[in-house]
Amino acid sequence: MSRRALVHVYGWLLLTPAAILLVAFTHYPTVTTVVQSLFSTGSATRPSRFVGLDNYRFMLDDEVFWKVLWNNLWYALGTIPASIALAILMAVWVNRAIPARGLVRMAYFTPTVLPMIAVANIWLFFYTPDIGLIDQVLGAFGIPAHNWLGDPATVLGCIIVMTVWKEAGFFMIFYLAALQTLPPELEEAARVEGAGRWYFFRRVTFPLLMPTTLFVLINAVMNSFKLVDHLFILTKGGPDNASSLLLYYIYEVAFSFFDEAYAATLTVVLLGALAAIALAQFLLLERRIHYR
Amino acid sequence: MRSESKRRLAGLTAGLVLGAATCAASAVELTMYYPVAVGGPLTKVVDGLVSGFHAEHPDIKVNAIYAGNYNDARIKALAALKSGQPAQLSVMFSIDIYELIEQDAIVAFDDVASTAEERAWLDSFYPSLMENGRTAGKTWGIPFQRSTIVMYYNKDAFREAGLDPEKPPATWDELVAMGKQLTKKDAAGNVERWGAMIPSTGYPYWMFGALAMQNGEVLMNGAGNETYFDKPAVVEALAYWRALGATHGVMPEGTIEWGTLRQNFLEGKTAIMWHSTGNLTAVKSNASFDFGVAMLPASKRRGTPTGGGNFYIFKQTSPEERAAALTFVKWMTQPERTAEWSIATGYIGTGPDAYATDKLKAYVAEFPPAAVARDQLEFATAELSTYQTGRVRKLLDDAIQAALTGAKSPADALGQAQSQADRLLKRYR
Amino acid sequence: MSSAVTPGGPLRHLETGAAWLLGLLWMSPLLYAFWAAFHPAEYVTRFELLAPLTLDNFATAWARAPFARYYLNTFALVTGILAGQLVLCTLAAFAFARVQFAGREIAFALVLMQLMIVPEVLIVENYTTMSRLGLVDTITGIGLPYMASAFGVFLLRQTFKTVPRELEDAARIEGCSMMQILWKVYVPLARPTYIAYGLVSISYHWNNFLWPLVITNSVETRPLTVGLAIFGAPESGVDWSIVTAGTLIAVAPLLVAFLLFQRQFVQSFMHAGIK
Repeated sequence: MSRRALVHVYGWLLLTPAAILLVAFTHYPTVTTVVQSLFSTGSATRPSRFVGLDNYRFMLDDEVFWKVLWNNLWYALGTIPASIALAILMAVWVNRAIPARGLVRMAYFTPTVLPMIAVANIWLFFYTPDIGLIDQVLGAFGIPAHNWLGDPATVLGCIIVMTVWKEAGFFMIFYLAALQTLPPELEEAARVEGAGRWYFFRRVTFPLLMPTTLFVLINAVMNSFKLVDHLFILTKGGPDNASSLLLYYIYEVAFSFFDEAYAATLTVVLLGALAAIALAQFLLLERRIHYR
Repeated sequence: MRSESKRRLAGLTAGLVLGAATCAASAVELTMYYPVAVGGPLTKVVDGLVSGFHAEHPDIKVNAIYAGNYNDARIKALAALKSGQPAQLSVMFSIDIYELIEQDAIVAFDDVASTAEERAWLDSFYPSLMENGRTAGKTWGIPFQRSTIVMYYNKDAFREAGLDPEKPPATWDELVAMGKQLTKKDAAGNVERWGAMIPSTGYPYWMFGALAMQNGEVLMNGAGNETYFDKPAVVEALAYWRALGATHGVMPEGTIEWGTLRQNFLEGKTAIMWHSTGNLTAVKSNASFDFGVAMLPASKRRGTPTGGGNFYIFKQTSPEERAAALTFVKWMTQPERTAEWSIATGYIGTGPDAYATDKLKAYVAEFPPAAVARDQLEFATAELSTYQTGRVRKLLDDAIQAALTGAKSPADALGQAQSQADRLLKRYR
Repeated sequence: MSSAVTPGGPLRHLETGAAWLLGLLWMSPLLYAFWAAFHPAEYVTRFELLAPLTLDNFATAWARAPFARYYLNTFALVTGILAGQLVLCTLAAFAFARVQFAGREIAFALVLMQLMIVPEVLIVENYTTMSRLGLVDTITGIGLPYMASAFGVFLLRQTFKTVPRELEDAARIEGCSMMQILWKVYVPLARPTYIAYGLVSISYHWNNFLWPLVITNSVETRPLTVGLAIFGAPESGVDWSIVTAGTLIAVAPLLVAFLLFQRQFVQSFMHAGIK
């Protein structure tokens, strides 16, 4: 074999172990998900059979599906801007010489190392009506108790608040890293020009942070689809699916209703959404390259 | 030297294998899945019972595998069946029956019981506990780890409100009237204590089964292929539940969390709660006030669904294994054993003869709340259980929550749930 | 005098106050966990300064669930995943960074797909695959889908690409094989990336929940998060003093490690995020 051919073999050999696992647990299941969505769920007495688009028709008629899709949209709209704005604010604060800076930074970052599932029980206490922390604090100001998780109007908000709490400190780190790479001369120049603080942030800092914001944005969007751990403890998707999200519903359909075919159908929608995001990211990154 | 020790080891191993083989020839080995979390207090009780059985039946060996909650136990047992390493018997959720039949996983006890005595044993349990274990004229599940809903109430709160602490509400109207008296507000009009709370997360369909039964209606048929969610009496029951919060103001509006309700009760934030008998021990050891336990109130009649786990025998078993499994289940459900089990765990004794034992008689005399669940069995019915049970249950759960949160009217919510349940169950009729 | 970036006077104090307040708010769940875990059950919802302290809740929690086993499972899981990731990702990243083989660009794009299609999304099909492989309810089964990590490949590839070619050439002249070059030149130079990636991986998998929940069903395999979820939400109701004690038991190792190595932790996360 020639040396050139040997290089090809060598490259593929190095790749093989990772490739096997990637194909087995990412590419292959992606394909079988689509295939499975075209079949019915089998049982011992009723074997699985090809049903075409029946599962998709069922999905379009499924009120719960539409509800969790909308919820997911609101969840994304609620968590992404809020956690990014808070992350920037935290990073700006912690980047300055404030007293006890290390402690404050640690406080912001702690949620990142705590499992959602563990802290969900603590948040459950915060939200519990009458005896919970929020109602106790509000009660001290004479505000009546509220059934936070039992009211469809507030339950998704409660889930969003907890998610923002979990994410903001994580995103802060990326902004902190970016802020530290900004040249201090910029600030110097702005001071000489007599630029206001907000003006400086809006016209100089924020645009320079754009690549970081993009990276964080993608992460935040991804999280809005896959971060469902807290639902298991806080609400189980209730009341009446008011706080259910797409991935949680998939879990429910697959592992509580044992309807694999319909779960696969819902997963196809999730995969489609992720593909759309990937495409958007690709296009945005293209634009970002033009900036440079 | 080396080869010498190796040879000796080989001989030893062969001896062990031979020994195991002779054991296997004489003893039937049974694997049983059991739905409790490992390390929990119940495992000790079950272990004790199993070793008691071994002492009396040296020819049968039972390995109990603690599989977690009901859902884990079912998944694990079904996965084991598929992988060809099946268990022979299991305690699983009583409402899993239709799914297990559809998966062709279990065998009816009637087909295993051969003698007249064994057939008589099938009829020795409280009939209401058998409802979830019988369908299509056969007995598939034998009640063991069973509970119901009871009403816990704060006697101190009753006294404070000028009510007789020995007369808890016995009817729906009384629940409203007493609830109003028990609801306490501060000067600003904020509620400090609610009259009553019925949990509506976790297991709303279970609580609702009680209300529907009290209003004279059940939620499904015995064949598990039809639901009655939109019957007028059922709609009325949901309207009553909703009115407790929305009209009468004795219960908070919106849904009430299953898991935190006990804490609310213990903190005195509600004078009455409906909850599983499974909470009795926790309430008993944590309540700082005088509390009582009573049957649920009646509208047209009293009523509660039963709940909990049944014994099942799997189909992939040899005749010897089935016979051994039957022997074990029979032994476990003897009155003496049932009495011990009930005292140790708080679950209901499953047959009248258990309550006739001296042990349980003495216990009930000393701790009367233990008898409430038993006395209520007379008015009990099956827990919601159908084919596609997970889905159907969620339809009802969602409808209940939609009505309680005011998103839909009880009639609309239940009507929609019924038509969707019909769609799911049509092919089982 | 006020500058463009740092305000002066009262505004400065106001901002410092706000930063502290937010920090306190962010810490409050953890602070509450400590309160509830170290006090008797009566004080779970009552905050009295002089409430008696107790360790009973920890004893009860420890006795009520097999935490030692859960620790062991999580430890085996996290180290197993990390070891697999380091080996697989190093090899693949090296191929992508330095070996000119046919189909490299397409293969890399296929690897990057996993950045979007994370294993969480494919729980249903992956569960089927695992049951075919007989890996349901095994620690290998929890870890396998995560071992070929696109993120790890990407990160290491970027790092390897910054290694000067001259170093590699020098090593080759000394007679090193490809593997030796990888081991002696590339891996040591990528140390910060390895540490960063390792910390991110450990904290991710220590906290991961959904897939382990799906794939495990016995004490012998359950990691801490799944054990805690079952422990924390029993059928009969939440007992916060014991649940918070259990929660603290579960998060303690990671939390203590974080407090001790806070600076390295934060810097590692920064490092892992910079593209």
